[in-house]
Amino acid sequence: MASIYARITGTGSALPERVLSNADLEKFVETSDEWIRSRTGIRQRHVAAEGQTTGDLSLLAAQRALEAAGVKASELDLIVLGTTTPDLIFPSTACLVQNRLGANGCAAFDVNAACSGFVYALGIADKFIRSGQSKKVLVIGAETLTRMIDWTERETCVLFGDGAGAVVLEASDEPGIYATCMHADGGFKELLWNPVGVSVGFRDEPNHGVRIKMAGREVFKVAVKTLDSLVEQTLQAAGMEASQLDWLIPHQANLRIIEATAKRLNMSMDQVIVTVDKHANTSSGSVPLALDYAVRSGKVQRGQNLLLEAFGGGFTWASALLRY
Amino acid sequence: MSTIEERVKKIVIEQLGVKEDEVTANASFVDDLGADSLDTVELVMALEEEFETEIPDEEAEKITTVQQAVDYIKAHTKD
Repeated sequence: MASIYARITGTGSALPERVLSNADLEKFVETSDEWIRSRTGIRQRHVAAEGQTTGDLSLLAAQRALEAAGVKASELDLIVLGTTTPDLIFPSTACLVQNRLGANGCAAFDVNAACSGFVYALGIADKFIRSGQSKKVLVIGAETLTRMIDWTERETCVLFGDGAGAVVLEASDEPGIYATCMHADGGFKELLWNPVGVSVGFRDEPNHGVRIKMAGREVFKVAVKTLDSLVEQTLQAAGMEASQLDWLIPHQANLRIIEATAKRLNMSMDQVIVTVDKHANTSSGSVPLALDYAVRSGKVQRGQNLLLEAFGGGFTWASALLRY
Repeated sequence: MSTIEERVKKIVIEQLGVKEDEVTANASFVDDLGADSLDTVELVMALEEEFETEIPDEEAEKITTVQQAVDYIKAHTKD
C-alpha cells in the first residue's frame, strides 16, 4: 500500500498594520536600538490594534492559505491552531475561526505549546492525515503576544510582536512531511512563563498579573543546545543528511540562536529564512509567517526540502522536515 | 597537544572575534574584549564543548577573565 503524506498546498499570513520600531520603543522604554539589534537581530515588530484579536489575524492568514491552496473552507475536515494568546478562555480560537471561515462541522481545537505551538500543530495534523482520518487540514499559528507584555520589563518587552501564519495540508501520494519531532520538559517552567491563570488565579495588578517572565541568558543557552540535538534527531528520523536540506525555517526569536543552529547544520545564512528583524518573536506565529514569506518571495520552491524548528516556554521544542 | 591555556585562548579568539595579542591572561571578556551578555554565554558553551564538561550557571558567572577560565578548566578536568 502506498504511503499517505501530508503535503503543504498553500500558505498565508497576516500582520497587524501598526509597526513599532526600536526607535519608537526608545521613547517609552529604557533601551536602545543598538542593544536590541546586537543581542536579538530585531529592528521592529507589528502590534495588534485595539480590539484586534488572535482570531482576527488567524482568519486573514487562513483565508490567504486557503486561496493559495485552492481549497474551500467547507472542504476542511480539521483545524488545528497553535496559540498561547487565545481570544477567549473558551471556546477555542480554532472554533471561532472555523465559524468565521464557514467550515462548521469539522473538528477544531487549539494547541498550547507556547512558541512551539505551530510546529506542534503541524505534527498533530500530519498524524491525522497519515492515519487516514483527515484529508484537508488547516494549520494555524497565531498570537497577540503584545497583550501579555509588561512594558516596564525592558529586557523582555522589546522581544515580542503579533502576527499569524497558516498552511493547508492535504493528503497526497507524494511527500510531503517526512518526519516530525515533539518534546517538552516542564522542569524548566520558570525560565519562560506567565505566572497567572484561570485555575491558579489572577492578581490585583496591571493586566491582572498577565505578563511574560523570562530568564533570557538561561533560555538562550538551553535553546541553542536543545535545537542542536533536535535538528540531528529530525534528520535521522527522516533518514536524511544536513547537505540535503535546501532551507532552514527556524522559530524567529533571536538571530544569534538561529545562527548557532545554522552553523551546527553547516548551512550558510543564505539558506536560512530570517524574519526576526521585521516581526520580532511572534511565538506560534513565527514559523508559519517565515514560511509564507519564503514562499511568496519566491525563495522556497516546490520540491525543496525544508527544516522547520521551534523552541519555547514549557520548555517545548518541535520540528518538521518536509518537501515543499 | 595544545595546552589548556592555548585551547582556551583559541576559543576566546574565535567566539569574540578578537586578535590574539589582545587575549592576555588578565583580559576581562566584557571590559577588555567587548563581550556582551550573550557572548559570555556562548563562550562558556564553547568551553564546555571543547573540554567535555558542564559549567553550572553560578560557576559560569564567576568566569570573567581568560585566567579564570583556564583555572576553572584545570580544576574541573582530568587532562
